[in-house]
Amino acid sequence: MSALLRFDDVTLRRGGRLLFEAVDLSLNAGEAVQVAGPNGSGKSSLIRLAAGLLRAQAGRVQRSALALADDNPALDRELPLGRALGFWGGRVKAAMDALGLGQLAEVPVRLLSSGQLKRASLARVAASNAPLWLLDEPLNALDADGAERLARLVDTHLKSGGAVLAASHQPLGGEWRMLELGR
Amino acid sequence: MIGALIARDVRRGFTGAAWLPIAFFLLVATLVPFAVGPDAGLLARIGAGTLWIAALTAALLPIERLIEPDRADGVLDQLALHGLAEEAIAVAKIAAHWLTFGPLLFIAAFPVAALLHIDQQALGRVLISIAIGTPGLAALAVAVAALTAGLPRAGAIAGLLMLPLAVPLLIFAAAFCGGGGNQPLALESAVSILLLAGAPFVTGAAIRAART
Repeated sequence: MSALLRFDDVTLRRGGRLLFEAVDLSLNAGEAVQVAGPNGSGKSSLIRLAAGLLRAQAGRVQRSALALADDNPALDRELPLGRALGFWGGRVKAAMDALGLGQLAEVPVRLLSSGQLKRASLARVAASNAPLWLLDEPLNALDADGAERLARLVDTHLKSGGAVLAASHQPLGGEWRMLELGR
Repeated sequence: MIGALIARDVRRGFTGAAWLPIAFFLLVATLVPFAVGPDAGLLARIGAGTLWIAALTAALLPIERLIEPDRADGVLDQLALHGLAEEAIAVAKIAAHWLTFGPLLFIAAFPVAALLHIDQQALGRVLISIAIGTPGLAALAVAVAALTAGLPRAGAIAGLLMLPLAVPLLIFAAAFCGGGGNQPLALESAVSILLLAGAPFVTGAAIRAART
Protein backbone atom coordinates (compact mmCIF):
# COMPACT_ATOMS: atom_id res chain seq x y z
CA MET A 1 0.00 0.00 0.00
CA SER A 2 1.47 3.38 -1.00
CA ALA A 3 1.49 6.13 1.63
CA LEU A 4 -0.74 9.18 1.27
CA LEU A 5 2.03 11.26 2.84
CA ARG A 6 5.69 10.37 3.19
CA PHE A 7 8.61 12.30 4.68
CA ASP A 8 12.10 10.88 4.06
CA ASP A 9 14.88 12.41 6.13
CA VAL A 10 13.30 15.86 6.00
CA THR A 11 15.01 18.93 7.45
CA LEU A 12 13.44 22.38 7.69
CA ARG A 13 14.99 25.72 8.58
CA ARG A 14 13.05 28.97 8.75
CA GLY A 15 14.59 32.38 9.28
CA GLY A 16 17.98 30.77 9.77
CA ARG A 17 16.68 28.60 12.64
CA LEU A 18 16.63 24.81 12.50
CA LEU A 19 13.08 23.68 13.25
CA PHE A 20 13.55 19.95 12.80
CA GLU A 21 15.89 17.60 11.01
CA ALA A 22 15.92 14.07 9.65
CA VAL A 23 12.18 13.57 10.17
CA ASP A 24 10.74 10.36 8.69
CA LEU A 25 7.00 9.90 8.47
CA SER A 26 4.71 7.61 6.57
CA LEU A 27 0.96 8.12 6.65
CA ASN A 28 -1.16 5.39 5.08
CA ALA A 29 -4.88 5.22 4.39
CA GLY A 30 -6.85 4.92 7.62
CA GLU A 31 -4.07 6.41 9.75
CA ALA A 32 -4.07 9.56 11.87
CA VAL A 33 -0.93 11.24 13.19
CA GLN A 34 -0.83 14.08 15.70
CA VAL A 35 2.19 16.36 15.61
CA ALA A 36 2.85 17.58 19.13
CA GLY A 37 5.45 19.78 20.74
CA PRO A 38 5.93 23.09 22.53
CA ASN A 39 5.25 26.48 20.94
CA GLY A 40 7.75 27.25 18.20
CA SER A 41 8.80 23.63 17.73
CA GLY A 42 7.71 23.70 14.07
CA LYS A 43 4.31 21.98 14.18
CA SER A 44 2.60 24.46 11.85
CA SER A 45 5.66 24.58 9.60
CA LEU A 46 5.56 20.79 9.31
CA ILE A 47 1.91 21.00 8.26
CA ARG A 48 2.73 23.68 5.66
CA LEU A 49 5.67 21.59 4.46
CA ALA A 50 3.35 18.60 4.09
CA ALA A 51 0.99 20.82 2.10
CA GLY A 52 3.79 21.89 -0.26
CA LEU A 53 3.61 25.53 0.86
CA LEU A 54 7.15 25.36 2.25
CA ARG A 55 10.21 23.62 0.86
CA ALA A 56 12.47 21.36 2.86
CA GLN A 57 16.19 22.14 2.98
CA ALA A 58 16.94 18.44 2.82
CA GLY A 59 15.00 15.24 2.32
CA ARG A 60 11.98 14.36 0.24
CA VAL A 61 8.25 14.84 0.72
CA GLN A 62 5.69 12.84 -1.27
CA ARG A 63 2.02 13.66 -0.97
CA SER A 64 -1.33 12.75 -2.48
CA ALA A 65 -4.21 15.17 -3.05
CA LEU A 66 -4.84 17.04 0.17
CA ALA A 67 -6.92 19.66 1.93
CA LEU A 68 -5.66 22.05 4.60
CA ALA A 69 -7.42 23.79 7.49
CA ASP A 70 -5.36 26.30 9.45
CA ASP A 71 -6.09 29.55 11.25
CA ASN A 72 -6.84 31.35 7.96
CA PRO A 73 -10.46 30.73 6.93
CA ALA A 74 -9.87 31.66 3.25
CA LEU A 75 -13.50 32.65 2.89
CA ASP A 76 -14.95 35.76 1.27
CA ARG A 77 -16.02 37.83 4.29
CA GLU A 78 -18.84 39.62 2.51
CA LEU A 79 -20.59 36.48 1.20
CA PRO A 80 -23.05 34.24 3.05
CA LEU A 81 -21.19 31.26 4.50
CA GLY A 82 -22.80 28.74 2.12
CA ARG A 83 -21.72 30.68 -0.97
CA ALA A 84 -18.27 31.43 0.45
CA LEU A 85 -17.65 27.72 1.04
CA GLY A 86 -19.16 26.94 -2.37
CA PHE A 87 -16.27 28.78 -4.05
CA TRP A 88 -13.98 25.90 -3.05
CA GLY A 89 -16.41 23.25 -4.33
CA GLY A 90 -17.19 19.78 -3.02
CA ARG A 91 -20.04 18.52 -0.83
CA VAL A 92 -20.55 21.78 1.00
CA LYS A 93 -24.02 21.17 2.44
CA ALA A 94 -23.15 17.80 3.94
CA ALA A 95 -19.95 19.23 5.44
CA MET A 96 -21.78 22.22 6.92
CA ASP A 97 -24.39 19.94 8.46
CA ALA A 98 -21.70 17.66 9.89
CA LEU A 99 -20.10 20.64 11.64
CA GLY A 100 -23.35 22.15 12.83
CA LEU A 101 -23.22 25.09 10.42
CA GLY A 102 -26.44 24.33 8.51
CA GLN A 103 -28.31 27.21 10.17
CA LEU A 104 -25.59 29.68 9.24
CA ALA A 105 -25.61 29.16 5.46
CA GLU A 106 -27.12 32.60 4.80
CA VAL A 107 -25.09 34.49 7.41
CA PRO A 108 -22.23 36.66 6.03
CA VAL A 109 -18.82 35.29 6.96
CA ARG A 110 -17.82 38.61 8.58
CA LEU A 111 -20.49 38.09 11.26
CA LEU A 112 -19.27 34.65 12.36
CA SER A 113 -17.49 34.10 15.67
CA SER A 114 -13.95 32.71 15.74
CA GLY A 115 -15.31 29.29 16.72
CA GLN A 116 -17.77 29.33 13.82
CA LEU A 117 -14.97 30.41 11.47
CA LYS A 118 -12.88 27.47 12.66
CA ARG A 119 -15.80 25.12 12.00
CA ALA A 120 -16.16 26.72 8.54
CA SER A 121 -12.53 26.09 7.65
CA LEU A 122 -12.90 22.48 8.84
CA ALA A 123 -16.06 22.26 6.70
CA ARG A 124 -14.00 23.37 3.68
CA VAL A 125 -11.70 20.40 4.27
CA ALA A 126 -14.55 17.98 4.96
CA ALA A 127 -16.32 19.08 1.76
CA SER A 128 -13.26 18.31 -0.37
CA ASN A 129 -12.69 14.92 -1.91
CA ALA A 130 -9.05 14.94 -0.79
CA PRO A 131 -7.90 11.71 0.87
CA LEU A 132 -5.32 13.50 3.00
CA TRP A 133 -6.44 16.09 5.57
CA LEU A 134 -3.94 18.47 7.13
CA LEU A 135 -5.25 20.20 10.24
CA ASP A 136 -3.28 22.91 11.99
CA GLU A 137 -4.47 23.42 15.59
CA PRO A 138 -7.97 22.15 14.76
CA LEU A 139 -9.22 22.58 18.33
CA ASN A 140 -8.35 26.29 18.55
CA ALA A 141 -11.55 28.24 19.29
CA LEU A 142 -13.72 25.09 19.08
CA ASP A 143 -16.18 24.36 21.88
CA ALA A 144 -16.89 20.84 23.21
CA ASP A 145 -19.60 20.25 20.60
CA GLY A 146 -17.28 21.35 17.79
CA ALA A 147 -14.48 19.08 19.05
CA GLU A 148 -16.89 16.14 19.21
CA ARG A 149 -18.14 16.77 15.67
CA LEU A 150 -14.54 17.02 14.44
CA ALA A 151 -13.66 13.71 16.10
CA ARG A 152 -16.66 12.06 14.37
CA LEU A 153 -15.67 13.54 10.99
CA VAL A 154 -12.08 12.35 11.37
CA ASP A 155 -13.30 8.87 12.33
CA THR A 156 -15.57 8.68 9.27
CA HIS A 157 -12.78 9.96 7.03
CA LEU A 158 -10.32 7.35 8.30
CA LYS A 159 -12.86 4.55 7.86
CA SER A 160 -13.43 5.65 4.25
CA GLY A 161 -9.72 5.26 3.47
CA GLY A 162 -8.47 8.76 4.21
CA ALA A 163 -5.61 9.89 6.42
CA VAL A 164 -5.18 12.85 8.76
CA LEU A 165 -2.11 14.75 9.92
CA ALA A 166 -2.95 17.24 12.67
CA ALA A 167 -0.72 19.62 14.59
CA SER A 168 -2.01 20.34 18.06
CA HIS A 169 -0.69 21.06 21.51
CA GLN A 170 -3.92 19.68 22.99
CA PRO A 171 -4.99 16.01 23.03
CA LEU A 172 -7.26 15.18 20.09
CA GLY A 173 -10.15 12.74 20.52
CA GLY A 174 -9.68 9.20 19.14
CA GLU A 175 -6.64 7.09 18.27
CA TRP A 176 -3.67 9.12 17.08
CA ARG A 177 -0.08 8.09 16.46
CA MET A 178 2.16 10.77 17.97
CA LEU A 179 5.02 12.63 16.31
CA GLU A 180 6.87 14.74 18.87
CA LEU A 181 8.83 17.79 17.75
CA GLY A 182 11.20 19.96 19.74
CA ARG A 183 12.93 17.23 21.72
CA MET B 1 -10.93 27.77 -11.17
CA ILE B 2 -9.31 30.75 -12.97
CA GLY B 3 -12.69 31.87 -14.30
CA ALA B 4 -14.23 31.59 -10.82
CA LEU B 5 -11.34 33.58 -9.34
CA ILE B 6 -11.71 36.37 -11.94
CA ALA B 7 -15.49 36.49 -11.35
CA ARG B 8 -14.93 36.60 -7.58
CA ASP B 9 -12.38 39.41 -7.79
CA VAL B 10 -14.51 41.45 -10.21
CA ARG B 11 -17.50 41.05 -7.90
CA ARG B 12 -15.40 42.07 -4.89
CA GLY B 13 -14.07 45.04 -6.87
CA PHE B 14 -17.53 46.30 -7.76
CA THR B 15 -19.11 45.63 -4.37
CA GLY B 16 -16.12 47.26 -2.72
CA ALA B 17 -14.86 50.64 -3.76
CA ALA B 18 -14.47 50.26 -7.53
CA TRP B 19 -16.05 53.67 -7.98
CA LEU B 20 -13.30 55.29 -5.92
CA PRO B 21 -10.51 55.25 -8.56
CA ILE B 22 -12.94 56.50 -11.19
CA ALA B 23 -14.21 59.24 -8.88
CA PHE B 24 -10.57 60.14 -8.24
CA PHE B 25 -9.91 60.14 -11.99
CA LEU B 26 -12.84 62.50 -12.60
CA LEU B 27 -11.84 64.69 -9.68
CA VAL B 28 -8.25 65.11 -10.88
CA ALA B 29 -9.46 65.95 -14.38
CA THR B 30 -11.99 68.44 -12.97
CA LEU B 31 -9.37 70.19 -10.88
CA VAL B 32 -7.01 70.82 -13.80
CA PRO B 33 -9.07 73.65 -15.40
CA PHE B 34 -9.20 75.35 -11.99
CA ALA B 35 -5.44 75.02 -11.63
CA VAL B 36 -4.32 76.17 -15.11
CA GLY B 37 -7.21 78.45 -16.01
CA PRO B 38 -10.01 78.26 -18.60
CA ASP B 39 -7.79 78.69 -21.70
CA ALA B 40 -9.34 76.12 -24.06
CA GLY B 41 -6.20 75.86 -26.22
CA LEU B 42 -3.95 75.18 -23.25
CA LEU B 43 -6.41 72.66 -21.77
CA ALA B 44 -6.64 70.81 -25.09
CA ARG B 45 -2.81 70.71 -25.32
CA ILE B 46 -2.28 69.28 -21.83
CA GLY B 47 -5.56 67.33 -21.75
CA ALA B 48 -4.31 63.95 -22.93
CA GLY B 49 -1.33 64.00 -20.59
CA THR B 50 -3.56 65.03 -17.69
CA LEU B 51 -5.94 62.22 -18.50
CA TRP B 52 -3.11 59.71 -18.46
CA ILE B 53 -1.73 60.90 -15.13
CA ALA B 54 -5.24 60.62 -13.70
CA ALA B 55 -5.48 57.08 -15.16
CA LEU B 56 -2.18 56.16 -13.54
CA THR B 57 -3.34 57.27 -10.11
CA ALA B 58 -6.68 55.51 -10.63
CA ALA B 59 -4.82 52.24 -11.29
CA LEU B 60 -2.68 52.80 -8.20
CA LEU B 61 -5.45 53.54 -5.71
CA PRO B 62 -6.81 49.99 -5.17
CA ILE B 63 -3.33 48.43 -5.05
CA GLU B 64 -3.51 47.44 -1.35
CA ARG B 65 -6.58 45.27 -1.88
CA LEU B 66 -5.26 43.39 -4.93
CA ILE B 67 -3.09 40.78 -3.18
CA GLU B 68 -2.70 41.45 0.55
CA PRO B 69 -6.22 40.55 1.77
CA ASP B 70 -6.03 37.18 -0.01
CA ARG B 71 -2.51 36.54 1.28
CA ALA B 72 -3.44 37.36 4.88
CA ASP B 73 -6.64 35.33 4.72
CA GLY B 74 -5.01 32.18 3.31
CA VAL B 75 -6.84 32.36 -0.03
CA LEU B 76 -3.58 32.30 -2.02
CA ASP B 77 -2.49 29.15 -0.13
CA GLN B 78 -5.81 27.42 -0.76
CA LEU B 79 -5.68 28.31 -4.47
CA ALA B 80 -2.22 26.74 -4.66
CA LEU B 81 -3.54 23.61 -2.93
CA HIS B 82 -6.31 23.48 -5.54
CA GLY B 83 -3.59 23.14 -8.17
CA LEU B 84 -3.48 26.73 -9.39
CA ALA B 85 0.05 27.95 -10.09
CA GLU B 86 0.92 31.32 -8.58
CA GLU B 87 1.47 32.66 -12.11
CA ALA B 88 -2.08 31.61 -13.06
CA ILE B 89 -3.39 33.35 -9.94
CA ALA B 90 -1.51 36.45 -11.10
CA VAL B 91 -3.10 36.29 -14.57
CA ALA B 92 -6.55 36.07 -12.95
CA LYS B 93 -5.77 39.01 -10.66
CA ILE B 94 -4.53 41.13 -13.59
CA ALA B 95 -7.64 40.35 -15.65
CA ALA B 96 -9.96 41.12 -12.72
CA HIS B 97 -8.14 44.35 -11.83
CA TRP B 98 -8.31 45.54 -15.42
CA LEU B 99 -12.02 44.67 -15.67
CA THR B 100 -12.80 46.73 -12.57
CA PHE B 101 -11.04 49.91 -13.69
CA GLY B 102 -10.22 49.72 -17.44
CA PRO B 103 -13.72 49.85 -18.97
CA LEU B 104 -14.91 52.42 -16.40
CA LEU B 105 -11.92 54.58 -17.25
CA PHE B 106 -12.81 54.26 -20.91
CA ILE B 107 -16.31 55.59 -20.21
CA ALA B 108 -15.10 58.29 -17.83
CA ALA B 109 -12.74 59.57 -20.54
CA PHE B 110 -15.74 61.07 -22.41
CA PRO B 111 -16.84 63.62 -19.77
CA VAL B 112 -13.21 64.35 -18.97
CA ALA B 113 -12.50 65.05 -22.66
CA ALA B 114 -15.40 67.50 -22.69
CA LEU B 115 -14.07 69.22 -19.56
CA LEU B 116 -10.58 69.56 -20.99
CA HIS B 117 -11.69 70.65 -24.49
CA ILE B 118 -10.15 67.58 -26.12
CA ASP B 119 -11.50 67.38 -29.68
CA GLN B 120 -12.97 64.24 -31.22
CA GLN B 121 -9.87 63.21 -33.13
CA ALA B 122 -7.68 63.60 -30.05
CA LEU B 123 -10.29 61.76 -27.96
CA GLY B 124 -10.08 58.84 -30.38
CA ARG B 125 -6.32 58.72 -29.82
CA VAL B 126 -6.77 58.92 -26.04
CA LEU B 127 -9.25 56.03 -26.11
CA ILE B 128 -6.89 53.90 -28.21
CA SER B 129 -3.99 54.64 -25.88
CA ILE B 130 -6.13 53.80 -22.82
CA ALA B 131 -7.31 50.55 -24.40
CA ILE B 132 -3.71 49.53 -25.10
CA GLY B 133 -2.02 50.94 -22.02
CA THR B 134 -4.39 50.05 -19.17
CA PRO B 135 -3.84 46.25 -19.35
CA GLY B 136 -0.13 46.98 -18.87
CA LEU B 137 -0.95 49.28 -15.96
CA ALA B 138 -3.12 46.55 -14.39
CA ALA B 139 -0.27 44.04 -14.74
CA LEU B 140 2.20 46.46 -13.18
CA ALA B 141 -0.20 47.22 -10.30
CA VAL B 142 -0.69 43.51 -9.49
CA ALA B 143 3.06 42.80 -9.59
CA VAL B 144 3.82 45.75 -7.31
CA ALA B 145 0.93 44.75 -5.01
CA ALA B 146 2.47 41.28 -4.67
CA LEU B 147 5.96 42.67 -4.05
CA THR B 148 4.72 44.95 -1.27
CA ALA B 149 2.08 42.62 0.27
CA GLY B 150 2.46 42.39 4.03
CA LEU B 151 4.94 45.26 4.30
CA PRO B 152 4.23 48.13 6.68
CA ARG B 153 3.12 51.27 4.77
CA ALA B 154 2.71 49.08 1.67
CA GLY B 155 0.51 51.65 -0.09
CA ALA B 156 3.17 54.37 -0.03
CA ILE B 157 5.94 51.94 -1.03
CA ALA B 158 3.76 50.62 -3.86
CA GLY B 159 3.33 54.15 -5.20
CA LEU B 160 7.07 54.77 -5.09
CA LEU B 161 7.68 51.51 -6.95
CA MET B 162 4.90 51.70 -9.49
CA LEU B 163 4.97 55.28 -10.69
CA PRO B 164 8.57 55.25 -12.02
CA LEU B 165 7.97 51.88 -13.69
CA ALA B 166 4.92 53.30 -15.45
CA VAL B 167 6.89 56.21 -16.95
CA PRO B 168 7.63 54.50 -20.32
CA LEU B 169 3.95 53.74 -20.77
CA LEU B 170 3.07 57.33 -19.91
CA ILE B 171 5.67 58.80 -22.30
CA PHE B 172 4.61 56.76 -25.32
CA ALA B 173 0.87 57.11 -24.62
CA ALA B 174 1.18 60.88 -24.22
CA ALA B 175 3.30 61.10 -27.40
CA PHE B 176 0.68 59.18 -29.37
CA CYS B 177 -2.16 61.29 -27.94
CA GLY B 178 -0.19 64.43 -28.83
CA GLY B 179 -0.25 63.42 -32.51
CA GLY B 180 3.17 61.78 -32.65
CA GLY B 181 2.19 59.25 -35.32
CA ASN B 182 1.97 55.51 -34.96
CA GLN B 183 5.50 54.89 -33.69
CA PRO B 184 4.71 55.92 -30.09
CA LEU B 185 1.63 53.69 -30.24
CA ALA B 186 3.80 50.74 -31.30
CA LEU B 187 6.18 51.46 -28.44
CA GLU B 188 3.30 51.84 -25.96
CA SER B 189 1.96 48.48 -27.16
CA ALA B 190 5.40 46.92 -26.74
CA VAL B 191 5.72 48.23 -23.16
CA SER B 192 2.20 47.06 -22.32
CA ILE B 193 2.89 43.58 -23.73
CA LEU B 194 6.19 43.42 -21.86
CA LEU B 195 4.42 44.27 -18.59
CA LEU B 196 1.66 41.76 -19.28
CA ALA B 197 4.20 39.04 -20.08
CA GLY B 198 6.51 39.70 -17.14
CA ALA B 199 4.10 40.59 -14.34
CA PRO B 200 2.69 37.08 -13.76
CA PHE B 201 6.19 35.71 -13.14
CA VAL B 202 7.16 38.56 -10.81
CA THR B 203 3.84 38.20 -8.97
CA GLY B 204 4.18 34.42 -8.72
CA ALA B 205 7.70 34.65 -7.34
CA ALA B 206 6.62 37.33 -4.83
CA ILE B 207 3.70 35.20 -3.59
CA ARG B 208 5.99 32.19 -3.12
CA ALA B 209 8.65 34.30 -1.39
CA ALA B 210 6.06 35.70 1.03
CA ARG B 211 5.33 32.16 2.29
CA THR B 212 8.85 31.60 3.55
